[in-house]
Amino acid sequence: METNPKNFMSSVVIALQDIQLQTALDRGTTRGVNGRIAAMGETTDANVLRRQGRLARERALNALPDLLEQLERNVVANGGQVLWARDGDEANQLILDLCKQHNVQRVSKGKSMATEETKLNHALEAHGIEVNESDLGEYIVQLAGDTPSHIVFPTLHKTKEATAQLLHDKLGMPMTDQPEEMTRFVRGVMRQKYLEADMGISGVNFAIAETGTIATVENEGNNRLSTGAPRIHVAIMGIEKVIATWEDYAVLVQLLTRSATGQRMSVYNNLMSGPKRASEPDGPELFYLVLMDNGRSGIYETEYAESLACIRCGACLNVCPVYQNIGGHAYGWVYPGPIGSVISPLLLGIEEAPKLPYASSLCGACMAACPVEINIPDMLLKLRRDLVKAGDPTLEWKAGMKLWQRAMQSPRLFLLGVKMAQAGTGVIAGKSGKIKSLPPPLNAWTNSRDFPAFPKESFRERMKKRKANQQASS
Amino acid sequence: MSKRVAYFVTCIIDALFPDIGEAALDVLERQAVQVEFPEAQTCCGQPAFNAGFQEESRKVAEHFLDVFKGYDAIVTPSGSCAAMVRHYYPELFKAHPRRDEALDIAAKTFEFTQFLVDELGVTDVGAAMSKPTRAAIHDSCHGLREMHIDRQPRALLSHVKHLTLTELAGHDQCCGFGGLFAIKMGEISSAMLKDKMLNINAADADIIITGDASCMMHMNGGLSRNQSKKRVVHIAEVLAGRI
Repeated sequence: METNPKNFMSSVVIALQDIQLQTALDRGTTRGVNGRIAAMGETTDANVLRRQGRLARERALNALPDLLEQLERNVVANGGQVLWARDGDEANQLILDLCKQHNVQRVSKGKSMATEETKLNHALEAHGIEVNESDLGEYIVQLAGDTPSHIVFPTLHKTKEATAQLLHDKLGMPMTDQPEEMTRFVRGVMRQKYLEADMGISGVNFAIAETGTIATVENEGNNRLSTGAPRIHVAIMGIEKVIATWEDYAVLVQLLTRSATGQRMSVYNNLMSGPKRASEPDGPELFYLVLMDNGRSGIYETEYAESLACIRCGACLNVCPVYQNIGGHAYGWVYPGPIGSVISPLLLGIEEAPKLPYASSLCGACMAACPVEINIPDMLLKLRRDLVKAGDPTLEWKAGMKLWQRAMQSPRLFLLGVKMAQAGTGVIAGKSGKIKSLPPPLNAWTNSRDFPAFPKESFRERMKKRKANQQASS
Repeated sequence: MSKRVAYFVTCIIDALFPDIGEAALDVLERQAVQVEFPEAQTCCGQPAFNAGFQEESRKVAEHFLDVFKGYDAIVTPSGSCAAMVRHYYPELFKAHPRRDEALDIAAKTFEFTQFLVDELGVTDVGAAMSKPTRAAIHDSCHGLREMHIDRQPRALLSHVKHLTLTELAGHDQCCGFGGLFAIKMGEISSAMLKDKMLNINAADADIIITGDASCMMHMNGGLSRNQSKKRVVHIAEVLAGRI
C-alpha cells in the first residue's frame, strides 16, 4: 500500500496486527527510551541543558534570514558553493544538474531525511544515476524497496531476524542473528561503492553560520567516507538547521546524541568546512550546500514556528505510546511520531494529513522527552482547532459539540442529561452495572472496554442530602 | 478571615463516581477546611477544547468563570481538569475580554493532593486501609506533566496505615484514555490500554491508585472486560479510608 497520511486510519489497523512489527517496535523504542534516560541522566542538570538547547535554537530561528546569509558567505569564503531550493523538486533538479555538469554516474549517500522529503534517490535513478545508501539502516531500507520508519533508526520496524532474512535473500549472506556479523557482511559489500562513487551526498545535522561549517553525527564512518572519498560532496539541509555559533553547537550536539542514541558523543562527529584545500591530502574537490525551504518559511512566522526548533533526535517517537504501537509507516510521510503529527500537516498542508493531529492522547511524554522543549501537545491542539475552523469534523460531531456546550452552560440541563444517562445506561447495563456494548461511534469504546453504568444518584443529588443531614445534626 | 474554598467535583465524578466526590470532600473537611460546593458548576470545558472546538469550550469555560468567581481557592480531585483551568484557560482567553478573570481563576485552581500537600502542608490525613494492602501508583498524564504532581500523592500515601506502596512498571505511561481520543482512535487507545494492563497485572499490587477518575474508569473498563482481579481506585477513596 502506498503510504500516505490520508490512509492513517487503515494503516493503523494493519500495523497493530503486524506481529513482526510489534516485536521490532517493543525492542527498538524501549532501547531508545532507556538510552536517552541514562545519557541525559548523567549530565549535571538535564533540564538546564535542555533550556540551553532551547535558547540556542531560539537564537537561531529568531535570526534565521541573517544566519542563512552569513552561512552562505562563509561557505563561499571556504571555497564551496551554496544553492537555494524553494521546494523538493527544485532541490532534486539542482542536484541532478550538478550530476550532469560533472558527469556523475554513481552517488554514495549518507543518511539524510531532507532527501527523503524530496525523494532524491528516485529522481536520480530515473536519470540512470546509481545511488547507494551507505548508512547501514538506510541501505537495508533501500535493499527492501522500503522507506525509513524512524528519523534516527530507519529500520526500527524490522527485527534483526527479518533483516538477516533480507540480506540472505538479496545478497546471499549466510543466516545469522548477530547484528555484528550482518554489519561486517554489509561493510564488505559497501567499501567498494565509496571508491567508485563520483559524488557523495549527505544530510546536515547543524550548519554553523559563523564559520560556514556543516556538522554531521554518525556511528559507522560511512558519512565520513561518502563525503570525503568522492570528488564532489553535496550536502542538503532544511533551512532551519542553521545555528549561530560553535558554542551553540557544543550544547546542541550532545543533546542530539544523548537524546537520539543515548550516546555522550556519536562515534564520528564530522565537521566540514568546504572542499579540500591545497595543503590537504584528501577530501572532495568540490563542495555544494543545498539550502532547502520546502514549506518551512510558511511556518516561520506562524504560531507553529516552534516546530522548526526540532533537531530530529527521534526521542519523541521512542517515548510516544502511539508510535510504540503503530510504528512510523502508519503516519504516511517522512516524519512520523509526535513531531511528525505536527510537521506533516504543516509542511504538506493540513488537508493532506487531517487525522494526524488527533493521533495523540495528549499525554505529553513527547514534550517531557524533547531536548529542546518543544510543546508538541500545544501545537496538536492548535492544529485540531484549525481543522475545526476549516470544517473538517462531520456534522454529527459539530451538532454533538453544540449540544454538549448548551448542556454544560446550564446546571439544569446538565442534571437532566445525567438523569437520562442514568435511566438509559441502567437498562443497558442490567445487574452487572457494566455496559458491554454501545452503538457507533461509542462502540469504539465498548469493543475492548466496559463502560460503567451511571449510578442512580449523582454527586450533586447526594450533596443536597448531605447538606440536609449536616443541618439536622448541627 | 477564613479563606473561601470552592469544590469543583468535575462532571465525570459528579455523574459517574459520586463516591469519589464525597471521599475527597470528606478528606478536605477533616482538615477543617470549609469547602463550598457551588451547585451551578458543570464542566471545565476540556472535552471540546481537546477536540479543537475552542469556541464551544470557551462558552463552557465562561460558565466556569461565573460559578467560581470570588473564591480564594478552587480544589478539584482531578489533575486533568485542574490542568485545563490552570494551563489552558490563559490560552483559551488570550484575546478575550475576560482574560484577567481567567488568569485569576487559573492561578487559584488546585488539584486535590496538591492542595493538601503544597497549600495546607498536610501529608498525614490519618487514613487507614480496611486490611493490609499492597498498592502501586499510576501517575495520570496531565497531573504529572502539566501540574507536576508526583511527590504529593506519594507523600500522602506513605502515611496511610496498612498500605504498602510498590512499583508499577510504566507508572508514568499513558493508559490510552485521552478523552475523545478513546473514541476517535479506538484501536490505538485500546492497544495502549493493553500495554497498561500487562504492567498492572504484572505489578506486585492488589490495587492501583491514581488521581484522575477518567483514567481510572478507562483502566477498570479494560481490567473488568479481561476478567482481571486488579482494580484501579482514586486516591481520594484511599485517603478517606473508604477502601
